[in-house]
Amino acid sequence: MAIATLGYDDLPALLTRLTGDEKHDVSAVSTLDVLWVLHDRVLGPDDRFLLSKGHGPAAFYAVLAAKGLIPVDALDGFGSFNSMLGYHPDRTLVPAAGIGSGSLGHGLAIAVGAALAGRRVYCLVGDAELDEGSNWEAVQYAGRIGLERLAVVVVDNRSSTYGWPDGIHARFALEGWSAARCDGRDHDAIEQAFAASDGDRPHVVVAEVATKR
Amino acid sequence: MSMRERFYALAGDALDEDVRVAVVSAEIGVGEIGPHPRHFNVGIREQLMIGVAAGLALEGMRPVAHSYTPFVVERPYEQVKLDLGHQDLGAVLVSTGASYDASTAGRTHQAPEDVAVMAALPGWTIHVPGHPDELGRLFRRALRSDDRVYVRMSQEENVARVDGDGIVVLRRGGEGAALVLAVGPALSETLLATADLDVAVAYTATPRPFDADGLRAVAGSDVVLVEPYLAGTSAGEVAAALVDRPTRIFSIGVPLGEFRHYGTPAEHRAAHGLDARGIRASLERFLRT
Repeated sequence: MAIATLGYDDLPALLTRLTGDEKHDVSAVSTLDVLWVLHDRVLGPDDRFLLSKGHGPAAFYAVLAAKGLIPVDALDGFGSFNSMLGYHPDRTLVPAAGIGSGSLGHGLAIAVGAALAGRRVYCLVGDAELDEGSNWEAVQYAGRIGLERLAVVVVDNRSSTYGWPDGIHARFALEGWSAARCDGRDHDAIEQAFAASDGDRPHVVVAEVATKR
Repeated sequence: MSMRERFYALAGDALDEDVRVAVVSAEIGVGEIGPHPRHFNVGIREQLMIGVAAGLALEGMRPVAHSYTPFVVERPYEQVKLDLGHQDLGAVLVSTGASYDASTAGRTHQAPEDVAVMAALPGWTIHVPGHPDELGRLFRRALRSDDRVYVRMSQEENVARVDGDGIVVLRRGGEGAALVLAVGPALSETLLATADLDVAVAYTATPRPFDADGLRAVAGSDVVLVEPYLAGTSAGEVAAALVDRPTRIFSIGVPLGEFRHYGTPAEHRAAHGLDARGIRASLERFLRT
């Protein structure tokens, strides 16, 4: 099995291996740039990344393959019976996945627990995933206790049916988080938004990408 | 000292003695366990309580999560299933309230189905101690492992503790006598109900994993389960253990149904046929047939 370290420009080819679609439009994968910047520039060797929004994990698998965290060859069997890569990740099959996800609203609470244990944790959620009330239990608690080891990135493609009037960042800020917004396709902006944490409370990055609908 | 008081004392001791142990609370028991750097009260957020426990386990800690039975098992059931089970992470979940301890509080605080729904998830050890001493032994053991363990505490308790694991035989009957297997705090009433009957009586405080070998060693052709929760919760386990033998299985426990009464736990116990008189009446009906 080939283990490779590839670059951002290799991701379209990796995605094609997952989907079999030669015309795959990278820009349609809402999480791709955030995932890339996280794994290429932000995450340290002792940090933990939890993908809470396990839906549509092709971009995640492509990034893991590019970074040598899963074999590139594994992409070819995506979703097949003996594949390690399913339509939602399973951490016991893919340790680099951090957690198994698919049911929305679980990753943030687990991230809080891991941060309480002393780990620096990054968690990716979607804007529609925030419909799930379990997220807000975690957001409220982490904000109140100033859980500075926790960072959340919300990939906001405006897919929540009822939306978030006044913006997602404002809701996290109300709960005591530091909050930054950025263009979810601009790598430098994403990196800067993570760096904008004031260091003594949890930090959220709202990465805005093109509207899903 | 009640089971619940014993648990709070043990949890506090465990926090002091073992750096791996962390306690996650959702307001219940917070004052009794007391403040500690690894005692995290997340407020009235039970889904978060289980998720946080999973995150702590992900980092190698041994989390203990605690609340009333419906709020540690049923409200965060998907978190129990996914954040712990599917992630292959361990925790000790400790409930208080059992089936009808909260008799005056109504259905919202009662959970006679808890063991059945926990038993529907793979990989859980389920303890139903019948005495505070049993709770202490089983809880301390649970802390030493990394397994997924559910400990069901009850206000009801037996007159004396039972030592031993799995199915423990307390009384043997004559040739062909029925076996009456009591679970947890149902034992004392079962012993009263069967005092002058020719039956064998056995006991377990650990319905999962079910001690199939222990059952096979003592079961005759009639097996009666006396469970302090949903009737028949372990009937399938009994049937599977004895699949190669003609066996009649009879289940005594809390009947399935909405029970719209308040009152005392003793009144609930009697209404469900789980006091000595009710157990005796059910047994006589079964043994006559």
